[in-house]
Amino acid sequence: MTELIPVDSLIEKTAAQLKSVLDERAIKDPLMVGIHSGGVWVAERLHAGLGLSEPLGTLDISFYRDDFSRIGVHPQVRPSRLPFQVDGRHVVLVDDVLYTGRTIRAALNELFDYGRPASVLLAVLIDRGQRELPIAADVCGMQLQLPSDDQIKLQGPDPLTLVIRKTA
Amino acid sequence: MNLQLDSQGRLRHFLSTEGLPRALLTQILDTAESFSGVIDKSVKKVPLLRGRTVMNLFFEASTRTRTTFELAAKRLSADVINLDVARSSTVKGETLLDTLRNLEAMQCDMFVVRHNDSGAAHFIARHVRPGVSVINAGDGRHAHPTQAMLDMFTIRQYKGGFEQLRVAIVGDILHSRVARSEIHALNTLGAAEVRVIGPRTLLPRHIEDLGVRVFYDMKQGLKDVDVVCMLRLQRERMDGALLPSESEFFRLYGLTEDKLAVAHPEAIVMHPGPINRGVEIASSVADGPRSVILPQVTNGIAVRMAVMSLAMGSAADSESRGTA
Repeated sequence: MTELIPVDSLIEKTAAQLKSVLDERAIKDPLMVGIHSGGVWVAERLHAGLGLSEPLGTLDISFYRDDFSRIGVHPQVRPSRLPFQVDGRHVVLVDDVLYTGRTIRAALNELFDYGRPASVLLAVLIDRGQRELPIAADVCGMQLQLPSDDQIKLQGPDPLTLVIRKTA
Repeated sequence: MNLQLDSQGRLRHFLSTEGLPRALLTQILDTAESFSGVIDKSVKKVPLLRGRTVMNLFFEASTRTRTTFELAAKRLSADVINLDVARSSTVKGETLLDTLRNLEAMQCDMFVVRHNDSGAAHFIARHVRPGVSVINAGDGRHAHPTQAMLDMFTIRQYKGGFEQLRVAIVGDILHSRVARSEIHALNTLGAAEVRVIGPRTLLPRHIEDLGVRVFYDMKQGLKDVDVVCMLRLQRERMDGALLPSESEFFRLYGLTEDKLAVAHPEAIVMHPGPINRGVEIASSVADGPRSVILPQVTNGIAVRMAVMSLAMGSAADSESRGTA
């Protein structure tokens, strides 16, 4: 069974939540970094929605993954581009779906190879549960409890659609 | 079966550009491009090969190639051991195999091999245990595939692609493993025309069979080309009878601004280094605006990172499955 979820309202909700968390923590001028590829699409919209001044950064975490010895180099790796200094800055890390937490672990490791941010905050469109690491989102548009066999994927970049494939 | 590929067609060893499909050469170039961002970071490393050991096995002197392989491995977080084995004509067959078994017993994951015998890297690749990859860093007159791929990377960087390009390879083709690897790579990647230019004594017989046009005159050969690949005059390999003198060679085949004037106005000039100024290339060209010789050196690191990570990725996988 396949289910399609429109994401415009979800992104608006995530943006509003992110704004209130930033206000709450008195973070004025955060840097935003999207994780390839879905996270970049979401980040582009959040970045525009919040009217951030610094350019958007992008991370491809393929070279930091923990499954190299099982599957080797991932195809179609793009260079990571962080067009700013992260030292002492507040960073909003953006991904589309939070699942095992391994991608975020890899992204944090890569981010810290660029410098030492003052803080890192995680914003995701969807938290689908099934965590394997002690990682949590600070901002999350929607929470689901999907079994591991089900697949959820953000298709894009234009239009953005969330596709859920359920096995049962 | 191609020794260079695993059962799924992935790069297992990198020994030669000959016989590899275009998709794989393109994958090497694309992967190299994705490593180009690594130098932007304050920590100029990725943890991809953490905990793995690369052994640089150089039976023949080399500074640049060994250094860039070492730097590439270190940027991938691998541990590197440099082994400069003295140049010796007796290092063959059984002796080479014995050396190999001893080094394997030290549990390394990759051999980067340079040897003055053609086929040495293939020999080692045929005899290593599963899970170990071999990269050819130059074997005799046969192949120097990572140099050819960094040249392809540089050409793509400056020219965007290969389909429309005329490329001339100039100089001592006979002794050049770089020329051979470049010719195979350029033809596989679909270059419009590959030319070789040199004196008859330095051009191998039947070189046309590799898919090149042969020229004995510089101005004819360089006419309208987009890329000029100069070769080093291999003085240490010269028998003496092949050339009248270095100054005579420079007069006829040395790349000067005058000869370069017949090439395409935006032609780039490449050289694998180290250059012999005033022998195969004039200083004004080597240091001039068309020269991309130093970008070639920079690109060599990303290309070697790509080849090492691709080969080690498939090797690790085949080891975990228990197949070679």
